[in-house]
Amino acid sequence: MTTADLRRTPLDAVHRALGARMVAFAGYEMPIRYTSELEEHRTVRSAVGLFDLSHMGEIGLVGPDALPLARFALVSDPGTLEPGQAQYSMLCAPDGGVIDDVIVYRTDPGYMVVCNAANRDAVVSHLAALLAGAELDVGVEDRSSQTALVAPQGPRAAELLAGLTDIDLGTIRNYRSMRGQVADVPCLVARTGYTGEDGFELFCATQDAQRLWEAVFRAGGQFGLLPCGLASRDTLRLEAGMPLYGNELGRDANPYEANLGRVVKLDKGDFVGRAALADIQRQGPRRLLVGLVMQDEGIARHGYPVVEAAGAGPSAEIGVVTSGSVSPTLGQRIAMALIRSEAAEIGRSVAVIIRDRPCRAEQVKLPFYRRPRPAEERTT
Amino acid sequence: MTLPDDRRYSREHEWIRPEDGDGVIGLTQFAVDELGDIVYVELPAIGATFTQFASFGVVESVKAVSDLFAPASGVVVAVNEELRTRPELMNSDPHDAGWICRITLAAPAELDALLEAPAYAELIGSE
Repeated sequence: MTTADLRRTPLDAVHRALGARMVAFAGYEMPIRYTSELEEHRTVRSAVGLFDLSHMGEIGLVGPDALPLARFALVSDPGTLEPGQAQYSMLCAPDGGVIDDVIVYRTDPGYMVVCNAANRDAVVSHLAALLAGAELDVGVEDRSSQTALVAPQGPRAAELLAGLTDIDLGTIRNYRSMRGQVADVPCLVARTGYTGEDGFELFCATQDAQRLWEAVFRAGGQFGLLPCGLASRDTLRLEAGMPLYGNELGRDANPYEANLGRVVKLDKGDFVGRAALADIQRQGPRRLLVGLVMQDEGIARHGYPVVEAAGAGPSAEIGVVTSGSVSPTLGQRIAMALIRSEAAEIGRSVAVIIRDRPCRAEQVKLPFYRRPRPAEERTT
Repeated sequence: MTLPDDRRYSREHEWIRPEDGDGVIGLTQFAVDELGDIVYVELPAIGATFTQFASFGVVESVKAVSDLFAPASGVVVAVNEELRTRPELMNSDPHDAGWICRITLAAPAELDALLEAPAYAELIGSE
């Protein structure tokens, strides 16, 4: 794919003016970093970072049967959502493989499914195929190209936004959303994110994106805001133990392997993939996602083989690294890996083959990082 | 970007600075800017020999793993031990404190095959 074939977000000119390094990602030209991805990462942990996530897909489900479709297509139960509430979910194939992981928002009227940019077409056609054989009165609207997404993330995000909106942000708890104006731009203000930090995702019309970004960016100066690219987003979500589709999740990986069994509601009634997922749940997954902290030198990367630790018998391959990098917060080299269930055990050592050399790593509990929460939040 | 003219540059974005019959090797500013924050350098062993343009080590940024290619043949006589704990020196000062290793040149004439600063500037200007 050449640069000419890539889509640009409505904030493309803003990124270039800020000196972003642009890369091809999921069919878009996206900022990978502006200055230093380590500094951007630390800024999200300590202050506030601003992301352009306009490449993400937004799919509306509207009509009287929006909920039945959502309940049939998703493995979670959106029927439990209160107005404005959101939940993490997945669409699975009949064999239990993951088509995409998404966040579904109850937007009244209807629902909004936010999916990965790379899977947008697959999700839309999957939903259309489900509708084709069913007598449901519901429309599937792909609003991705009319929707921009600007995400201030970090412990100071709420303070920053409070100066730009009349919404009482205290009423928007984690995984909740509300319509309103931010810097006079009509938005869906959602307290969601992919960084392991408090923060917001602001969905707005593409033509308002630049006005919204610039207002947040300007107001963010006094809170230490930095624009942040996809490189820091990836290390932030890795520290937070969040799966990335194509790494931890895919058609050949099911939710139970990724420790996401709690998301699957087998008792909600029929849905796509239910029989296969019930079998996997009964028998237990063959592989499990584990956290690794490297003990020897080297960084485990996506695709590197995992073997039993030296001295623990023949070094047969027991799994594969799904994501790996440095943890700027912990100062360690960390990874996630899918390994055979019988070898998955916190505290047990394995080895990652890095350039033909086995390097010791210890299995640890996920996530690697959990944000400190104020006392009043812990009860929610 | 100012490119020192006391050294030669390879098309793989390494520099080599002649010093008392040896060559000091590093990555160019252009290369480290492309890579982003460098978090790990796999340094060659002292006494290791390598031939011109062969891979002699690995440098890792947050996102990517890249081979290092020897700009000249030789034997490693010193490595920048500081990079083991401060790989970020390669970002902050790639042309000086961020040097990688020093080799005794096996064939000093090999440097003639490398680019001088203006030619390298032209190369990166077109990339």
